[in-house]
Amino acid sequence: MTKHSLPDLVPDSKIKLPRQAERTLASGLTVIALRRAAVPLVELRLRVPFGRAPLPRATLLSQALFTGTGSMSSIDIAAELQAVGGGLSAGLDPDRLLITGNALAGGLDRMLEILAGVLTDATYPVEEVATERERLVDHIQVAQSQPAHLARTALLKRMYGRHPYAVQTPEPDQVKGVRPAQLRTLHADRVRPDGAVLVLVGDLSPDKAIDAADKALGSWTGPGKDGDIPPVPRLEPGPLLLVDRPGAVQSSLRLALPAVPRTHPDHAALQLANLVFGGYFSSRWVENIREDKGYTYGPHTAIEHFIAGSALVAAAEVATEVTGPSLLETMYELGRIASLPPGEEELEQARRYALGTLRLGMSTQAGLAGLASMYASFGLRLDYLTEHSAALSSVTREEVAEVAARYLAPARAVTVVLGDADRVENQLAALTTVERNRE
Amino acid sequence: MKIPATKYPVERFTLDNGLRVVLTPDRSAPVVGVTVVYDVGIRSEPEGRTGFAHLFEHLMFQGSANLEKLAHFRHVQGAGGSFNGSTHLDYTDYFEVLPAGGLERALFLEADRMRGPRLTEENLRNQVDVVKAEIRVNVLNRPYGGFPWLKLPPVMFETFPNAHDGYGSFEDLESATVADAQEFFERYYASGNAVLAVAGDFDVTTTTRLVEKHFGDVPARPAPSRPDFAEPDLTEEKRSTYTDQLAPLPAVASGWRVPDPIGDFTGYLPYVVLAEVLTDGDASRLVERLVQRDRIVTSIGGYIGFMGDEYQVRNPTALLLQAHMPPGGDAEKVLRIVDEEVDRLATGGLKPGELARTQARMATHHLRDTDAVLGRALPMAVLEEQRGHPGLLNELPKLISEVTEAQIVAAAATLQPIRRATVEVVPGARQ
Repeated sequence: MTKHSLPDLVPDSKIKLPRQAERTLASGLTVIALRRAAVPLVELRLRVPFGRAPLPRATLLSQALFTGTGSMSSIDIAAELQAVGGGLSAGLDPDRLLITGNALAGGLDRMLEILAGVLTDATYPVEEVATERERLVDHIQVAQSQPAHLARTALLKRMYGRHPYAVQTPEPDQVKGVRPAQLRTLHADRVRPDGAVLVLVGDLSPDKAIDAADKALGSWTGPGKDGDIPPVPRLEPGPLLLVDRPGAVQSSLRLALPAVPRTHPDHAALQLANLVFGGYFSSRWVENIREDKGYTYGPHTAIEHFIAGSALVAAAEVATEVTGPSLLETMYELGRIASLPPGEEELEQARRYALGTLRLGMSTQAGLAGLASMYASFGLRLDYLTEHSAALSSVTREEVAEVAARYLAPARAVTVVLGDADRVENQLAALTTVERNRE
Repeated sequence: MKIPATKYPVERFTLDNGLRVVLTPDRSAPVVGVTVVYDVGIRSEPEGRTGFAHLFEHLMFQGSANLEKLAHFRHVQGAGGSFNGSTHLDYTDYFEVLPAGGLERALFLEADRMRGPRLTEENLRNQVDVVKAEIRVNVLNRPYGGFPWLKLPPVMFETFPNAHDGYGSFEDLESATVADAQEFFERYYASGNAVLAVAGDFDVTTTTRLVEKHFGDVPARPAPSRPDFAEPDLTEEKRSTYTDQLAPLPAVASGWRVPDPIGDFTGYLPYVVLAEVLTDGDASRLVERLVQRDRIVTSIGGYIGFMGDEYQVRNPTALLLQAHMPPGGDAEKVLRIVDEEVDRLATGGLKPGELARTQARMATHHLRDTDAVLGRALPMAVLEEQRGHPGLLNELPKLISEVTEAQIVAAAATLQPIRRATVEVVPGARQ
């Protein structure tokens, strides 16, 4: 058929950033407000520095934050938020406590008021904390039965050794010992505005939204605490770590490689090298082990950024009987990207994908809120999108080849396999040195 | 609080070959979402071919007249976009989201495979392997795999279309042939059985012309007649229990049949709201009682449709409750308390403000979904396909806000134990 052929792309217009305002309040809280009025809602993200907080307490605090204040029960909080179409929840990563919420646009003031009550007056009632503690213990137990979680846990230990990032989920027994008084102390100590960033996005006027935040959160004060985390150690490639999961019908293959922060001169080239290797569906790795070999369903790689360091992580769940061959193809594709420059069209395709993804990411209120909040926690603002687009546009094949040789070489990989060790050890040992670890 | 509404414009037309088209422009972000929905899903699979609708979905990505294997993925991602497809009980969708300049390319890609995918033995065998890997990841190699969406239907339903495993058995998948795929395509992937929807930053006149250009010469084939999958309601309680060797903790799920989502939308909508009254957030009835007060479950969720697609499912479907329990949890007791709370609602009505706040939160969830171009293109395509009414997406917040207490109470009164199907997960993993 000649009648139909692939249409050309219409070139993208320049990236247009939303109307925004920013102010650092007297308390040290930075507030960023962005207008996207497409739907009558508002999104909220609050990141509070939480580095080096004791993990079991910090994790339970994030689960119990909304269980009560001096004037509201957990049910009052939930019901009052619901009344303005709202909801708030909290989570934890190794650097920050993250509060996420949204509401009907007309409910912004009320949501901020309730949030302020929680930040300044959370009481951690004994009964409610006990409930959340049991739920958290059960939740961790279920997580520990999931291969993806077990593989990640083993990989983090291998990557980070004694660094605080090495353990990101507490053990059930550690959580069982946490008392409400300890949560109150941790809250008083660490849930502080100094260094925190609040992002509001939606059908709002940026200046008025910041005024509303200033008014509602004015009573949230107090100095921050130094939670700086030391830089991550260099990855130490060693023998492949094989973690036994008897009877597993799939093996979880994980590799970690070095990477750089978003502001590093190598970042754009490394991002493109990662895409060409395995960072999107049309990458060499996915086309090889899924579309050609059928070994796996959703192999993926990503550059993970934390405050104290970045890493590139590759993950695939592969059938037990092809665990060795999957590692072989992975090493081959890493070796290929590290040794030879990418093709012209191959790089253009990855570049267009990277540029397009930036646009898609900022096309919703929730997407914008997530991006602005994440960037802010690394000291960046949304104009980083424009700078990064320019950097991506100018990367050459030679530059991709050069960073790939330095960061993606298979010799640099830290490798972990979780699977039925008796069935996969010989397959893997044919390719590399294997160290077996019975968890 | 007043429930706001959206006013996304809706343009509908039908090409000469029977393809229905929905255009919903909105220029608030320079992106477009394109979807094609075919009116075929898991319920239409022939016996002995479990999982075939989903396997066929994979084959639609393996090349077509002007596209080599891998080309579809490369062209979408090389335009800065993302793609996927998904197989549901009553439909299968294919979609792309891209920067606005990729719109025509997406139309070309969808039209090319609507004319016919490259169905080869090599592609089929490769995708059977990929689907088996997918089933291992999502069902076989993880705790609670397929719970409850694959585990509850065989308890609740009698007939093959409603009861069978939509992911499919490895045996059925392995015995699938290229001829099966060709026949499935001929029958169900007809222009008259499909809807194209485009949402986002585009001009309606230009896009109408582009749709004609790319889809106008797709050969006309009529929609096949669609069987009625109706089954009589349960007249006695159904129970089943299975051991999950990977699960560390017990779980339970129950379902009750609900009115026909399309034939009786007015009767159906109160059940959608009821599910939220029961389980949305810490102030909801069942979370407050079972999680906070009695502490006999660690989480409970309620929703309609086995795949959670309450406005994109046909009859028969169900209201589902699923709960995860702590060690030694007692499913009997959980069900007893659920009955007690449902009865309290059916006889005592709602608390002041309870319905309004639930409706407000539902509006937020709904509006939030529609902020994404695919959050409009996908549901509008299915609403067109199943109801001829894509504009329902705009009306839902208002319709939800008009559901009355009397309707909720009446809906709750039907959630009787004798109409219930239940599946329990017994933990088989070491604790």
